[in-house]
Amino acid sequence: MSIEKLEFIEKSKEFWNPNKTQFWQDAGVDLVIDRREGYCLYDMDGKRLIDAHLNGGTYNLGHRNPELIEVLNAGARRFDMGNHHFPALARTALAEALATCTPEGLKYTIYGAGGAEAVELAIKSARHATQKRKIVSIIKAYHGHSGLAVKTGDERFSATFLSEDTVGEFVQVPFNDLEAIEDALRGRNVAAIIMETIPATYGFPMPHEGYLPAVKSLCERYDALYIADEVQTGLMRTGELWGITKYGVTPDIMVIGKGITGGMYPISCCVVNDRAGQWLKQDGFAHMSTAGGAELGCIVALKVLEITQRPEVASIVRYVSDFIRAGLDDIQALYPDFFTGIRQNGVIMGLEFNHPEGAKPVMKHLYENGVWAIFSTLDPSVLQFKPGILMTQSLSEDLLRRVEIAIGLAAREVMGTRKGRTF
Amino acid sequence: MDQAIAKLVDISDSKAAMQAAADVMLERARWASQVFQRYDRKTTLAITQAVAKAAHDSAGKYANWAVKETGFGVAAHKKLKNELTALPLVEHYRSRDFVNPVYNNETNIIEVPKPAGVIFALAPSTNPISTIFFKIICALMTRNAIVFSPHPAARECSIDAVNTLIKAAEAAGAPEAVIQVIERPTIPLIDEFMRSDKTDVILATGGTPMVRAAYSSSNPAIGVGPGNAPVFVDASADLKQAAGFITESKSFDNSVLCTNESVLITLDEVSQQLGRELSRAGCHMCKPDEVDLVRKYLFHDRGFNVEALGRDASWIAQQAGFKVARQTKILVTPINKIGVGEVLSREKLCPVLGYYVATSIPQAIMQARALLRYAGAGHSAAIHSSNDQTIMDYAASVEAYRVIVNAPCSQGAAGFATNLAPTFTIGTGYFGRSSVGENVGPHHLVNWTRIAWHKDATTNIDPTHMAELKHRGQLPKAPADGVPGQSRPRTQSKPGTSQTQSDPQLREEIRRIIAEELRSAFKEQK
Repeated sequence: MSIEKLEFIEKSKEFWNPNKTQFWQDAGVDLVIDRREGYCLYDMDGKRLIDAHLNGGTYNLGHRNPELIEVLNAGARRFDMGNHHFPALARTALAEALATCTPEGLKYTIYGAGGAEAVELAIKSARHATQKRKIVSIIKAYHGHSGLAVKTGDERFSATFLSEDTVGEFVQVPFNDLEAIEDALRGRNVAAIIMETIPATYGFPMPHEGYLPAVKSLCERYDALYIADEVQTGLMRTGELWGITKYGVTPDIMVIGKGITGGMYPISCCVVNDRAGQWLKQDGFAHMSTAGGAELGCIVALKVLEITQRPEVASIVRYVSDFIRAGLDDIQALYPDFFTGIRQNGVIMGLEFNHPEGAKPVMKHLYENGVWAIFSTLDPSVLQFKPGILMTQSLSEDLLRRVEIAIGLAAREVMGTRKGRTF
Repeated sequence: MDQAIAKLVDISDSKAAMQAAADVMLERARWASQVFQRYDRKTTLAITQAVAKAAHDSAGKYANWAVKETGFGVAAHKKLKNELTALPLVEHYRSRDFVNPVYNNETNIIEVPKPAGVIFALAPSTNPISTIFFKIICALMTRNAIVFSPHPAARECSIDAVNTLIKAAEAAGAPEAVIQVIERPTIPLIDEFMRSDKTDVILATGGTPMVRAAYSSSNPAIGVGPGNAPVFVDASADLKQAAGFITESKSFDNSVLCTNESVLITLDEVSQQLGRELSRAGCHMCKPDEVDLVRKYLFHDRGFNVEALGRDASWIAQQAGFKVARQTKILVTPINKIGVGEVLSREKLCPVLGYYVATSIPQAIMQARALLRYAGAGHSAAIHSSNDQTIMDYAASVEAYRVIVNAPCSQGAAGFATNLAPTFTIGTGYFGRSSVGENVGPHHLVNWTRIAWHKDATTNIDPTHMAELKHRGQLPKAPADGVPGQSRPRTQSKPGTSQTQSDPQLREEIRRIIAEELRSAFKEQK
């Protein structure tokens, strides 16, 4: 490590986040991202990393996508964030575009600045529309860190701040368990179920066939709204524009974040159907957000939607997912005892390892071998593996080559000797 | 969407957008080519055959469409060209293996075919459909991906024709997007494709500026120059036959094939008789004032009048200002100069044939050389003669890479009335500032990796085994877990592993054994 980087890391501990900074040093990932381009990151010491994390799909179209830069620059010559009280050209244009491309019935777009805010909006809208308070979510779900959103998730994030639900308004049920859902809904006092289409931070466990549509039917039966959190599964990552439609569900509310602005100017969107959007007709001032739906972000998002929906893109996603899967299958065949499973829908992948924290050494060896992918916070036996939707053939091949080496090294480290076995 | 916002978001004229448009197609083509390279010969040929069949079946439809859209050529002739470049093209190369390694036991060298990868192809407005058929079939035969840029003047019929072949290819099992077509080609966009490092080779057929741009792109290019074929009829020729062939050739598709005869050179002693034979064959021998009118109409300061391109003879005569019989096949314009100072000795993609009378065979040959040096170097030439020595002298002397003897040059040089390779891309070689001097074909779209041992070494290569190398076929479809019909069973055999490794029961058994070992180790420690 260069002296400059060493000094910088000290400064980061001093002024930014001492624990998190130190965590990465201890985990063997001394990354300080400097330059970024396409699907590659460059550490401040010059090391190149293929980004298979993409901040959960934020960099779906690559880092600093040149078309997005162009549009952002053009936008900045005319607009700024805008005034959130007034009808605004860019906000309405994006809302109209989203109404066209989101599942049937979704009509109004309510804007936030980040994913958590859009989740807040979804919950508040559902509560207003149903006049009920209870929110059902999935155990190990993740919907962000703000007031209501954090209560839907694991206590890992709420307890620290004494912000966990204490009055029983937030119920959590196991994933893929329909009975549990029905039990939670039976009292007819639930405003909404919020579901990540594939729970990301939990390592992308895949919904069982028919599970999500059945949840939706239960919502209808017990008069609860279905909130689809598409932050990580939207924008073509499953090979369809929205993951939820691939599973055959038409949600009442959809939450979109991360990739919607390609990491260039943050906004988030909560798209609601007529019922969930009632408050917009009754009291439009009820929620306000200065940075919500910043107009520059809206302009970038319009371009993101246009690029993402080009017919070539879906075709490339098919190639990337088929090719990477075939490569991962080959790698799995080399280390079947350690690399035990692959969860996949499109370019959303979870790699399962035969150790409760198996993804951590894999992450470390990937980092050493020029790939950045992160373990699943709420299930560290699984590595989140999230290649971009425009991955090139040569970079995909390079990625697989490095993944094979890294998994081999991790396998030897974890499984290599009898003593080393901890299961 | 509000106009102001639409305008802001529309950056289609920007460099970034052009580059992205080229990138997305070329990267998709790269994916397709990499998967295509996993295909075996049988499947490759089946796909090629299916596409050739689709091309053959639609030859007439697109011939009519092209004539309607571009306004030139003869539909019946275009149909014939389209057909010739479909099934017969496949037949011509069927015995050539571009897929499997070849072992040469004399040199002890193995040659492994490596397709070019991603081909960027352009087609001229004169032969839009036949060029598309030709290049796509060549690309498929060699397991390459191809991106087509249609000629703007023939855009609609070209796009439709490419789409027809795409459908046929994919139905026959070709990888998705192995053939693509640019819907709205513009010069800056074409430039992006040409210059992109994602393009492996450019197949450029068309006007000189486009071909030169291809060569200047920094990418490997196979581009061909314009033609301007001399045809020499000597005193030993069968004059009636010569006149017939020349007329047939020069009027074929109203002379839009670049292999058409440009100037007929003959000798004093047979000139009058040849003139009569030409008249009999349907040509109009222009009088001096008519020659002036034709010259003035066909060439202005900027060059050839494209209005005349592929039009029929009587139409051209009328436009030039005189009348000929409606069934006139070609206008023959006597000239007394070749080269600078006589524009009628330049390429004329219309049924107008220059006519020059020489006083001797050596003079005739010098004039033929002069004609090709003036324009059309490296392209084609023809001769009608029964004197082998004259034929040899002529062929050895002219700067053309194909010399057609006693046959129509249009069809002959393109490989349809001769045993030359059928093509719609005529290599003009070094004379014509091109990288290829022969008729371009599929073999130009593949390089070979040569595996060579030490001179003194002997090897035990079994040639029958080599063919089995790595034809893994299509990529298996990745699952979409949880989506009905798209999931994969959780455990299954993987390529390269034995069944047992992923047998869930056995895996469970292994876990049990290991757990027991651990327990006993634990007990021992106690």
